[in-house]
Amino acid sequence: MAKTSATSGKATTEDRKPAPEFSLKDGDGRTVSLAGYRGKVVLLNFWATWCGPCKFEIPWFKEFEQNYKDRGFAVLGVSMDEEGWDVVKPFVAELQVNYRILMGDDTTAQLYGGVNSLPTSFLIDREGRIASVHVGLVGKGDYEDEIERLLAAPASGSFRRAGVGMPAFALGAK
Amino acid sequence: MFATKVTVQLRNGYHVNSNTPADEYLIPLRLTWNASPLQVVDVAYPKPRLENYSFSTKPVSVFTGDFDIVSRFKAPPNSPQGPSVLVGKLRYQACTATACLAPKTVEVRLPVHIQ
Repeated sequence: MAKTSATSGKATTEDRKPAPEFSLKDGDGRTVSLAGYRGKVVLLNFWATWCGPCKFEIPWFKEFEQNYKDRGFAVLGVSMDEEGWDVVKPFVAELQVNYRILMGDDTTAQLYGGVNSLPTSFLIDREGRIASVHVGLVGKGDYEDEIERLLAAPASGSFRRAGVGMPAFALGAK
Repeated sequence: MFATKVTVQLRNGYHVNSNTPADEYLIPLRLTWNASPLQVVDVAYPKPRLENYSFSTKPVSVFTGDFDIVSRFKAPPNSPQGPSVLVGKLRYQACTATACLAPKTVEVRLPVHIQ
């Protein structure tokens, strides 16, 4: 049995690594790419319906989506349920999830370090870099502080000059 | 009729959902046996513990530590005599107080001699 406990890691702005790109399907069969969210702060949450701590976080994430979406923030929930949409859709409907849910796969999980424990969440900055990772249930306030900090941070020079944000996230973001 | 015990040992700090979790989305512990010359009479799980975790507003029905699952079998009158192997599957999903591991199914093999 692999060991699992709540752990968190944060990278300084200079040390942030690019979030691996992926394309996954949402519940309507649309392909969603992480690149489509460039320019936004993204909370990328790997979760499953059978995961109690994951379920506990969902009301927080709904609140974040509601409160911060107009400031350039989005939650992306990646389900790791082996049974697929048959179990995920009723669950999402029951909990009235207001953010985009994607169906995960092993390939995507491997890109993010294997995701052996759930929940595992990554906060991604406006330039598509991983600012922090949380494995296991952490406090709601920890997320809020980080989201606020990332939303308040100015975009880097390269991002402003390239201007890659607007066309990309107009295509893919919810 | 005879009974067999499958002993499960969980690491400290871990729990698995019991065979009767309260939440329909939780994956129950389940021991099932493949078809064999012997007939399964019943599978008995221990009494679950109701534990409080920070991720749930209600107590969660779980097993922790070491516990036994007892299966009872009987040999129908026409069952072939001699050695055989009972093959079962144990399905479980483990968590700590803050995180969960993916559900797993492990095979259980039990040599028997029918006489």
